[in-house]
Amino acid sequence: MEKELASSSNTNSLVDELAPLRRDMLKFARLQLRDDAAAEDAVQEALAAALTGQKQFNNRAQLKTWVFAILKNKIIDTIRERARSPGTSIDVDEIPEDAYDDLFNEGGFWQNDTRPSTWGDPENSFSSQQFWQIFEICLTRLPENTARVFMMREMLGFDTEEICKELAISSTNCWVVLHRARMGLRLCLDERWFNSENRDA
Amino acid sequence: MLNCKKAAALMSQGMDKELGMMQKMSLRFHLMMCSGCRNFNKQMEFLRQGCRKFPQQDN
Repeated sequence: MEKELASSSNTNSLVDELAPLRRDMLKFARLQLRDDAAAEDAVQEALAAALTGQKQFNNRAQLKTWVFAILKNKIIDTIRERARSPGTSIDVDEIPEDAYDDLFNEGGFWQNDTRPSTWGDPENSFSSQQFWQIFEICLTRLPENTARVFMMREMLGFDTEEICKELAISSTNCWVVLHRARMGLRLCLDERWFNSENRDA
Repeated sequence: MLNCKKAAALMSQGMDKELGMMQKMSLRFHLMMCSGCRNFNKQMEFLRQGCRKFPQQDN
Protein backbone atom coordinates (compact mmCIF):
# COMPACT_ATOMS: atom_id res chain seq x y z
CA MET A 1 0.00 0.00 0.00
CA GLU A 2 2.71 2.42 1.00
CA LYS A 3 4.61 1.48 -2.09
CA GLU A 4 1.65 2.26 -4.31
CA LEU A 5 1.21 5.63 -2.70
CA ALA A 6 4.84 6.46 -3.23
CA SER A 7 4.67 5.58 -6.89
CA SER A 8 1.49 7.56 -7.49
CA SER A 9 2.94 10.66 -5.85
CA ASN A 10 6.01 10.29 -8.07
CA THR A 11 3.76 10.30 -11.11
CA ASN A 12 1.99 13.36 -9.82
CA SER A 13 5.18 15.27 -9.29
CA LEU A 14 6.33 14.32 -12.80
CA VAL A 15 3.03 15.66 -14.16
CA ASP A 16 3.65 18.88 -12.26
CA GLU A 17 7.13 19.16 -13.64
CA LEU A 18 6.10 18.40 -17.19
CA ALA A 19 3.21 20.86 -17.31
CA PRO A 20 5.34 24.01 -17.63
CA LEU A 21 7.35 22.39 -20.46
CA ARG A 22 4.26 21.85 -22.54
CA ARG A 23 4.20 25.39 -23.94
CA ASP A 24 7.81 25.25 -25.11
CA MET A 25 7.26 21.80 -26.57
CA LEU A 26 4.23 22.96 -28.50
CA LYS A 27 6.08 25.96 -29.86
CA PHE A 28 8.95 23.74 -30.97
CA ALA A 29 6.64 21.19 -32.60
CA ARG A 30 4.63 23.91 -34.40
CA LEU A 31 7.80 25.42 -35.78
CA GLN A 32 8.86 22.05 -37.19
CA LEU A 33 5.51 20.79 -38.40
CA ARG A 34 3.71 24.05 -39.22
CA ASP A 35 0.47 22.31 -38.42
CA ASP A 36 -1.23 22.97 -35.07
CA ALA A 37 -3.15 19.71 -34.86
CA ALA A 38 -0.13 17.57 -35.75
CA ALA A 39 2.00 19.55 -33.30
CA GLU A 40 -0.58 19.02 -30.54
CA ASP A 41 -0.62 15.26 -31.24
CA ALA A 42 3.17 15.01 -31.19
CA VAL A 43 3.37 16.84 -27.86
CA GLN A 44 0.56 14.74 -26.33
CA GLU A 45 2.28 11.53 -27.38
CA ALA A 46 5.64 12.72 -26.13
CA LEU A 47 4.18 13.66 -22.74
CA ALA A 48 2.37 10.34 -22.47
CA ALA A 49 5.59 8.50 -23.30
CA ALA A 50 7.46 10.58 -20.73
CA LEU A 51 4.92 9.68 -18.02
CA THR A 52 5.13 5.96 -18.73
CA GLY A 53 8.92 6.18 -18.86
CA GLN A 54 8.93 6.84 -15.10
CA LYS A 55 12.49 7.99 -15.09
CA GLN A 56 13.99 9.94 -12.23
CA PHE A 57 15.78 13.20 -12.76
CA ASN A 58 18.00 15.22 -10.52
CA ASN A 59 17.13 18.53 -12.08
CA ARG A 60 14.79 20.28 -14.43
CA ALA A 61 17.35 20.72 -17.23
CA GLN A 62 17.87 16.95 -17.40
CA LEU A 63 14.14 16.36 -17.56
CA LYS A 64 13.75 18.91 -20.33
CA THR A 65 16.54 17.37 -22.40
CA TRP A 66 14.95 13.95 -22.04
CA VAL A 67 11.42 15.09 -22.88
CA PHE A 68 12.63 17.04 -25.91
CA ALA A 69 14.52 13.97 -27.15
CA ILE A 70 11.21 12.06 -27.04
CA LEU A 71 9.43 14.93 -28.78
CA LYS A 72 12.04 15.07 -31.55
CA ASN A 73 11.42 11.38 -32.25
CA LYS A 74 7.68 11.96 -32.42
CA ILE A 75 8.21 14.83 -34.86
CA ILE A 76 10.49 12.66 -36.99
CA ASP A 77 7.78 9.95 -37.05
CA THR A 78 5.22 12.51 -38.19
CA ILE A 79 7.49 13.80 -40.95
CA ARG A 80 8.17 10.22 -42.14
CA GLU A 81 4.47 9.39 -42.21
CA ARG A 82 3.73 12.52 -44.21
CA ALA A 83 6.44 11.67 -46.72
CA ARG A 84 4.91 8.23 -47.22
CA SER A 85 1.46 9.53 -48.04
CA PRO A 86 1.01 9.81 -51.82
CA GLY A 87 1.19 13.11 -53.63
CA THR A 88 3.61 14.73 -51.23
CA SER A 89 6.30 16.54 -53.07
CA ILE A 90 7.50 19.80 -51.67
CA ASP A 91 8.33 23.05 -53.35
CA VAL A 92 11.92 23.83 -52.48
CA ASP A 93 12.27 26.98 -54.58
CA GLU A 94 10.55 29.28 -52.12
CA ILE A 95 13.63 31.45 -51.85
CA PRO A 96 14.56 32.39 -55.42
CA GLU A 97 17.99 31.58 -56.80
CA ASP A 98 18.96 35.23 -57.07
CA ALA A 99 17.63 36.22 -53.63
CA TYR A 100 21.08 36.94 -52.19
CA ASP A 101 22.81 38.15 -55.36
CA ASP A 102 22.74 41.75 -54.13
CA LEU A 103 25.18 40.85 -51.38
CA PHE A 104 27.87 40.34 -54.01
CA ASN A 105 29.36 42.48 -56.77
CA GLU A 106 29.64 41.33 -60.40
CA GLY A 107 32.81 39.44 -59.59
CA GLY A 108 31.01 37.54 -56.83
CA PHE A 109 32.83 39.30 -53.97
CA TRP A 110 31.08 40.83 -50.95
CA GLN A 111 29.96 44.42 -51.43
CA ASN A 112 31.51 46.88 -49.01
CA ASP A 113 28.33 47.25 -47.00
CA THR A 114 27.37 43.57 -47.01
CA ARG A 115 30.73 42.01 -46.16
CA PRO A 116 30.11 39.94 -43.01
CA SER A 117 31.49 41.78 -40.00
CA THR A 118 32.48 40.02 -36.82
CA TRP A 119 29.81 39.02 -34.32
CA GLY A 120 32.37 39.26 -31.51
CA ASP A 121 31.74 36.52 -28.97
CA PRO A 122 28.30 35.47 -30.19
CA GLU A 123 28.09 32.66 -27.62
CA ASN A 124 27.44 35.32 -24.99
CA SER A 125 24.05 35.82 -26.60
CA PHE A 126 23.01 32.29 -25.62
CA SER A 127 22.28 33.54 -22.13
CA SER A 128 19.98 36.31 -23.37
CA GLN A 129 16.27 35.59 -23.48
CA GLN A 130 15.81 38.39 -25.99
CA PHE A 131 18.32 36.73 -28.31
CA TRP A 132 16.28 33.51 -28.36
CA GLN A 133 13.14 35.46 -29.19
CA ILE A 134 14.91 36.99 -32.19
CA PHE A 135 16.27 33.57 -33.13
CA GLU A 136 12.76 32.18 -33.17
CA ILE A 137 11.42 35.13 -35.16
CA CYS A 138 14.17 34.58 -37.75
CA LEU A 139 13.38 30.86 -38.01
CA THR A 140 9.69 31.61 -38.37
CA ARG A 141 10.44 34.08 -41.16
CA LEU A 142 12.01 31.37 -43.31
CA PRO A 143 9.51 30.00 -45.85
CA GLU A 144 7.77 26.83 -44.70
CA ASN A 145 9.56 24.10 -46.66
CA THR A 146 12.90 25.84 -46.45
CA ALA A 147 12.51 25.97 -42.68
CA ARG A 148 11.47 22.35 -42.57
CA VAL A 149 14.53 21.13 -44.48
CA PHE A 150 16.78 23.34 -42.38
CA MET A 151 15.32 22.21 -39.07
CA MET A 152 15.38 18.55 -40.07
CA ARG A 153 19.08 19.01 -40.63
CA GLU A 154 20.04 21.25 -37.73
CA MET A 155 17.53 20.47 -34.98
CA LEU A 156 16.39 16.94 -35.65
CA GLY A 157 19.82 15.80 -36.82
CA PHE A 158 18.90 14.16 -40.14
CA ASP A 159 21.76 13.87 -42.63
CA THR A 160 21.13 15.28 -46.08
CA GLU A 161 20.71 11.84 -47.64
CA GLU A 162 17.81 11.08 -45.31
CA ILE A 163 16.20 14.46 -45.93
CA CYS A 164 16.31 13.87 -49.69
CA LYS A 165 14.73 10.48 -49.24
CA GLU A 166 12.04 11.59 -46.79
CA LEU A 167 11.02 14.64 -48.81
CA ALA A 168 11.69 13.18 -52.26
CA ILE A 169 14.03 15.95 -53.39
CA SER A 170 17.42 15.68 -55.08
CA SER A 171 20.59 16.05 -53.04
CA THR A 172 21.54 19.14 -55.05
CA ASN A 173 18.21 20.71 -54.17
CA CYS A 174 18.76 19.82 -50.57
CA TRP A 175 22.12 21.62 -50.40
CA VAL A 176 20.73 24.61 -52.23
CA VAL A 177 17.81 24.90 -49.81
CA LEU A 178 20.08 24.51 -46.77
CA HIS A 179 22.44 27.16 -48.10
CA ARG A 180 19.63 29.65 -48.75
CA ALA A 181 18.18 28.95 -45.30
CA ARG A 182 21.55 29.66 -43.67
CA MET A 183 22.00 32.83 -45.72
CA GLY A 184 18.56 34.01 -44.65
CA LEU A 185 19.01 33.17 -40.99
CA ARG A 186 22.46 34.76 -40.89
CA LEU A 187 21.18 37.99 -42.42
CA CYS A 188 18.19 38.11 -40.11
CA LEU A 189 20.31 37.64 -36.96
CA ASP A 190 22.85 40.12 -38.28
CA GLU A 191 20.22 42.80 -38.85
CA ARG A 192 17.97 42.13 -35.92
CA TRP A 193 20.47 41.22 -33.26
CA PHE A 194 24.19 41.51 -33.85
CA ASN A 195 24.03 44.86 -35.64
CA SER A 196 20.86 46.07 -34.03
CA GLU A 197 20.68 48.95 -31.60
CA ASN A 198 17.73 47.41 -29.79
CA ARG A 199 19.58 44.58 -28.15
CA ASP A 200 19.92 44.58 -24.41
CA ALA A 201 23.20 42.68 -24.22
CA MET B 1 40.11 31.59 -58.16
CA LEU B 2 37.21 31.21 -55.77
CA ASN B 3 35.00 34.27 -55.21
CA CYS B 4 33.04 34.98 -52.01
CA LYS B 5 29.72 33.80 -53.42
CA LYS B 6 31.14 30.39 -54.29
CA ALA B 7 33.14 30.27 -51.07
CA ALA B 8 29.95 30.87 -49.07
CA ALA B 9 28.20 28.04 -50.91
CA LEU B 10 31.15 25.72 -50.23
CA MET B 11 31.23 26.63 -46.54
CA SER B 12 27.57 25.79 -46.28
CA GLN B 13 27.99 22.54 -48.22
CA GLY B 14 30.94 21.65 -46.01
CA MET B 15 28.53 21.55 -43.07
CA ASP B 16 26.56 18.80 -44.74
CA LYS B 17 29.17 16.68 -46.47
CA GLU B 18 32.89 16.17 -46.75
CA LEU B 19 34.28 18.52 -49.40
CA GLY B 20 36.69 17.28 -52.06
CA MET B 21 40.41 17.86 -51.71
CA MET B 22 40.47 20.64 -54.32
CA GLN B 23 37.42 22.34 -52.82
CA LYS B 24 39.01 22.31 -49.39
CA MET B 25 42.26 23.74 -50.72
CA SER B 26 40.70 26.56 -52.67
CA LEU B 27 38.43 27.39 -49.74
CA ARG B 28 41.33 27.46 -47.31
CA PHE B 29 43.24 29.72 -49.66
CA HIS B 30 40.27 32.06 -50.02
CA LEU B 31 39.72 32.23 -46.24
CA MET B 32 43.36 33.18 -45.69
CA MET B 33 42.78 36.32 -47.69
CA CYS B 34 39.15 37.20 -47.00
CA SER B 35 38.07 38.46 -43.56
CA GLY B 36 34.42 38.70 -44.65
CA CYS B 37 34.33 34.99 -45.44
CA ARG B 38 36.19 34.14 -42.24
CA ASN B 39 33.45 35.92 -40.34
CA PHE B 40 30.82 34.16 -42.43
CA ASN B 41 32.42 30.80 -41.64
CA LYS B 42 32.33 31.42 -37.89
CA GLN B 43 28.73 32.58 -38.15
CA MET B 44 27.73 29.35 -39.91
CA GLU B 45 29.17 27.38 -37.01
CA PHE B 46 27.34 29.66 -34.58
CA LEU B 47 24.01 29.03 -36.36
CA ARG B 48 24.53 25.32 -35.91
CA GLN B 49 25.25 25.71 -32.21
CA GLY B 50 22.24 27.98 -31.83
CA CYS B 51 19.96 25.43 -33.46
CA ARG B 52 21.19 22.69 -31.15
CA LYS B 53 20.56 24.83 -28.10
CA PHE B 54 17.28 26.30 -29.29
CA PRO B 55 14.88 23.56 -28.08
CA GLN B 56 16.25 23.83 -24.54
CA GLN B 57 15.53 27.52 -24.15
CA ASP B 58 12.79 28.99 -22.02
CA ASN B 59 11.41 31.88 -23.97
